[in-house]
Amino acid sequence: MNFQLSEEQQMLADSAKRFVRDHFVKSSDVEKHRQNKKLMPLDQATWQQFAELGWLAVPFDEQHGGLGMGVLETMVLLEALGEGLIMAPYIATVVLGGGFLRRASAEQQAQTLPALVEGKRQLAFAAEEYERVFSLENTAMTARVNGSEIVLDGTKACVMNGDQADQLIVLARTAGQPGDRGGLSLFLVDANADGVERLAHRTVDGRQGAEIRFNNVTVPETACIGALGDGYALAHTVLMEGLLALSAESVGSLSVLLNETVEYSKTRKQFGLPIGKFQALQFRMADMFIAMEQTRSLLLAATLKTAEGHDDAAFAVHAMKAQLGRAGRKIAQEAIQIHGGMGMTDELGVGHYVKRLSAADGLFGNADVHLAALART
Amino acid sequence: MDLRVPEQEKSFREEVRTFLQESLTDDIRQAGKLSTSVFAPVEQAMAWQRILNDKGWAAPHWPKAYGGTGWSVSQRAIFAEELVRAETPPLIPMGLHMCGPCLIGCGSEAQQQEYLPKILNGEHFWCQGYSEPGAGSDLASLKTFAEKDGDDYILNGTKIWTTYAHHANKMFALVRTNRDGKPQQGITFLLLDMDLPGITIEPIVGLDEVPEQCQVFFDNVRVPQKNRVGAENDGWTVAKYLLTFERGGQEYAPGLNVMLEKIRLMAEKQQTVSGPLKNDPVWQHKLAALEADVLALEFTEMRIKSALSAGKDPGALSSMTKILGTELLQKVTELRIETLGSQAVIWQPQVLVPGADQPVIGPEYAMTAMPHYLNSRACSIYGGSNEVQRGIIAKAVLGL
Repeated sequence: MNFQLSEEQQMLADSAKRFVRDHFVKSSDVEKHRQNKKLMPLDQATWQQFAELGWLAVPFDEQHGGLGMGVLETMVLLEALGEGLIMAPYIATVVLGGGFLRRASAEQQAQTLPALVEGKRQLAFAAEEYERVFSLENTAMTARVNGSEIVLDGTKACVMNGDQADQLIVLARTAGQPGDRGGLSLFLVDANADGVERLAHRTVDGRQGAEIRFNNVTVPETACIGALGDGYALAHTVLMEGLLALSAESVGSLSVLLNETVEYSKTRKQFGLPIGKFQALQFRMADMFIAMEQTRSLLLAATLKTAEGHDDAAFAVHAMKAQLGRAGRKIAQEAIQIHGGMGMTDELGVGHYVKRLSAADGLFGNADVHLAALART
Repeated sequence: MDLRVPEQEKSFREEVRTFLQESLTDDIRQAGKLSTSVFAPVEQAMAWQRILNDKGWAAPHWPKAYGGTGWSVSQRAIFAEELVRAETPPLIPMGLHMCGPCLIGCGSEAQQQEYLPKILNGEHFWCQGYSEPGAGSDLASLKTFAEKDGDDYILNGTKIWTTYAHHANKMFALVRTNRDGKPQQGITFLLLDMDLPGITIEPIVGLDEVPEQCQVFFDNVRVPQKNRVGAENDGWTVAKYLLTFERGGQEYAPGLNVMLEKIRLMAEKQQTVSGPLKNDPVWQHKLAALEADVLALEFTEMRIKSALSAGKDPGALSSMTKILGTELLQKVTELRIETLGSQAVIWQPQVLVPGADQPVIGPEYAMTAMPHYLNSRACSIYGGSNEVQRGIIAKAVLGL
């Protein structure tokens, strides 16, 4: 067993850390978040930098311009970026969207991946639905087969990057009932196709998403990724990778929240002492530290088990997402409380990291959902 | 000891309901519905206060002689419950719940006559000048200084976390009048106008993107000495009296009960693979734990109100309800975002501005969940942080 980063992984981490330091120094980063009070177009310049740094190429095959790296490298990259509250839609486009496309047909790959790696294609995974507690098998939206065409009908909720995406990967049901794993299909749909209606909205973490309505959207059967009605396994594989990425990014945010809180407690004086000298707060910060390290351990467990294809990889991913929700809540709440009034302001970074963790818990199943999934695994 | 409701109080609930039905406007109801804070939207909350005051119901907790209602504890509980049930915006507390009771207890007759009627009718909008950048939990270390000059004090310094200072025309403030001796002993309680020369107000935007708090700066602000409440250097006694009301006079349980009821309705709509979330045993367990806590709080609050109306000082018990009420509110807002999943991640504060009439994305019942969760984190910080309250219980009750 070895938890050391390889030389290549270390370089990736260093470049991401440098990027965060150079481009998202805390104050300007928070400034960016504060200004983001309305819907903003994609920050194309930053995204191009991501492409130039090779980050958009991480998980893809060399034949499509990729670097052929895996979930470990994605983890290393996102944990470093998570310290900087980046808004760039990396997980939506590269991890989720890219995750589906690199397992798609040769033709679908050739049409999409080179543009994605160059930073010229944005993707989104349209999975969640209103009033349905998230799980893949709980999908209700239907797609009906009509000769050699598929007709999509229904609404997808809170699609991350759904407002900016050029193409959507849509999870819909071609057979069966909510609860069935069979009958799920995945479709690659042009975001500007006839009948696609997108209602853009901000998300609590300073990013953007969309409600996407499909009004009898017709696609050819070749738009199906994988076999029709047999999309569960593929969706599950990609979702697990998405959860790993989301958690890696969140661990970066957790470590910032912990460090900022500890630093603040050393400088803020009340009753003639830095508040960090009060044992009541010391114990709580020690617990924050423990919660963060436990989350990091589960992130490593889940990522390594996934990378190596262990049988209990999914168990570890569910455990990790549940822990992220619970530890994230605890650390976020304590960070605000120990910062006092300052922690409640839009001015300080603390609240923005808290919001990011709130979004990370709410997306793709919160702690409760993943504990239930873990119990069933 | 019993829970029987006297005959004459049975018809009281009906009377309140009828009044609410007849007098609540759509505008006020909407503001109540959209409210994601203890501090409701100002315009509608004040409109509602004026309607209540016309009926004589703006301050049921005040003694009858000063404009209170003379209701029994159970009548007051019924009234509070019906208000939250009808989703009225909570009345803004700085005048009715803080400054008013404080003047009733510690103000001169002239001050009572001058200020109390205008607190009731909303002509005076009060803010609370307590915390300073360097004096939060350690409030007694406050530095804003009031120097005597003829019949006036001249104020210099700054106050922070002054809720709604940008809407207020009056402030009650704790200022330092003596730098020697124990910090608590050199503090004076002052009333001042917000339009005095030398006052600058800077709103602070919160996590919910609402400027609810402010920082207020004083640059040689001249305040008449007659605006002092209590004796010079004895403001800490006045402040402690007021804090008992701030902490103990509030009723959290009725609002929490209504929130829990609504969360149950939301859980009915959320489908899991095996039916509505409402039937999920894990979810039920979480709800039940909160329901048990809220029932306990309801009776703790009744005990305190009962002591207050018998003229007893509930003392440190009010620290207990502040801790319980605020932390339960936080847990209830947490259960709500847990119930809503990704629907609570959608961020649209623009739809929460009364009268804005913006289209809502996602279920309407989800739109307040995340801002309210975030805003409620402040409740364990303000009004004496919950750490301070626990310290009070340890010291004053347990003798530690």
